[in-house]
Amino acid sequence: MKIQQISVFLENKTGRLADVTRLIASAGVNIRAISIADTADFGILRLIVDKPAEAAEALTKGGFTTRMTDVLAIEIPDQPGSLAKVMEIFKETGVNIEYLYASLEKDCSTAVVIFKVEDIEHSTKIVEEHGLATIDCF
Amino acid sequence: MAKRFWDEAAETMARPELEALQLERLREAVGQALKTSFYKPRLEGIGISSPGDVRSLADLARIPFTTKDDLRRAFPYGMLAADRRDVVRMHASSGTTGIPTVIYLTAGDVARWTGFLARSLNATGADSNDVFQNMMTYGLFTGGLGMHYGAEKVGMMVIPVGPGNASRQLKLMKDFGTTTVHATPSYLLHLHSKLAEEGIDPRDLELKRAFCGAEPYSEDTRRKIEALYGIEVFNSYGLSEMNGPGVAFECERRDGMHLWEDGYILEIVDRDSLEGVKDGAMGEIVLTILCREAMPILRYRTRDLSSVYPGECPCGRTHRRIARIMGRTDDMLIINGINVFPSQIEEVIMAMPEVGNNYLILVEKDGALDRLTVKVEIGPLAFADDSRPLNALRDRIRDRLQASISINPRVELHEPGMLPVSEGKAKRVVDERTRI
Repeated sequence: MKIQQISVFLENKTGRLADVTRLIASAGVNIRAISIADTADFGILRLIVDKPAEAAEALTKGGFTTRMTDVLAIEIPDQPGSLAKVMEIFKETGVNIEYLYASLEKDCSTAVVIFKVEDIEHSTKIVEEHGLATIDCF
Repeated sequence: MAKRFWDEAAETMARPELEALQLERLREAVGQALKTSFYKPRLEGIGISSPGDVRSLADLARIPFTTKDDLRRAFPYGMLAADRRDVVRMHASSGTTGIPTVIYLTAGDVARWTGFLARSLNATGADSNDVFQNMMTYGLFTGGLGMHYGAEKVGMMVIPVGPGNASRQLKLMKDFGTTTVHATPSYLLHLHSKLAEEGIDPRDLELKRAFCGAEPYSEDTRRKIEALYGIEVFNSYGLSEMNGPGVAFECERRDGMHLWEDGYILEIVDRDSLEGVKDGAMGEIVLTILCREAMPILRYRTRDLSSVYPGECPCGRTHRRIARIMGRTDDMLIINGINVFPSQIEEVIMAMPEVGNNYLILVEKDGALDRLTVKVEIGPLAFADDSRPLNALRDRIRDRLQASISINPRVELHEPGMLPVSEGKAKRVVDERTRI
């Protein structure tokens, strides 16, 4: 199962991240996973939220450049070797990962890892075939 | 030893004689202009259909100004007064619209231009004892070749190195005992900062003097360069439309540039009313070139701001002096000696659908050199959750700008709405270099 991720273009300027979180908060949206990739000149903020459409609308109205992307959110047991097992499957089946980050879930038994993959359809199939637990919303 | 004067009769000619010579040469220039498709209707329209119709120098004021746009409109041969087969050289400068402004020279024109430069360089004390390293751009730009010819004429040994590559410049200066250089002030400051890196003590150099032009700079900067190297810096003024360097040059007094009035008629006009201003008042320099057979230009609006020095120079030359160039009437930026119009940058940006219409041009000092930053806004189309296409976009903008303006700028991507909007009088250019 796929999940929608919101990407936000951020220029290097003090307070821009605060603007994003304020807009999301006032839309009553909860952030479940967050990651920021930065280059010398700009950053890309990536968010998994409980209400993606509302969050995207609030951000666009607030003047941000956003983009929705499909990613995989895989639930894995919170114990040694779990991520290694997923990575092994991806390696064997040729799933190419562009980036990944972990969610903010603080459940004691599982962790959620967000994967941006090159071929989302192929990857979804692999994930299903191998019985990995995915979530499509938080 | 350099002679006191290169051409004493011409350089010290009494004003009435000089003005009589100007009138005679103005008639010749008008005669040439009447041979061109650009000037013929213009001059006939004001009742000048033969050189004899110019009765006095005061008649010059009846002739309309010529602008850079006129030069572009006359591209390529609309102002050519000579048979193309008599033309031995052309030079060109890039422009805002992609149409270059071109000038043509016959062999006689090259010789006369060289003569004005020889006169200029001799007045700084340069002669055959000197080794001259020309750090200006050769090629279509007039600064390199023009000065090269003048330097050879006074007998200097010329090192035609061209610009850039500080380490090679310094090595040449050391190996050949360079005494004289021609460079932009920014470049000389930059070069000085490289001396230590190259392990060269400025006292090991034999440098005596520098000719500086191509960009406005302050008297403080001149003093600074003089102190850093222990040399004399002479201001040089020229523009390709008027041949190039050698229009006006400082003599050994280094107090104002003698504008060679047997070669040019100088007017300084108010930048708004375009009426002549009195000596000492700042205005736009307007020049009529007198001794160019291939391409006459009458009353050219240079867009350079300066003023005439009142009074005579103690050096004995009777040609009036102009003050250092104080700026430009238009928005042209001079970045490391290269002319850049904001519209050239705008043209590149507007041609790219991935970026918005708002942009900001920032010019700053980075050490001794100028640094250009172009800030653009990315549109929603350009953003796709990945930094690679954004980096590629930034590189593509930079490459296109480099191709257009010959300067490698820094390109910054911004969010929409973060730069000034395009309506009204948005401030698109921020020049943070010290104002003169």
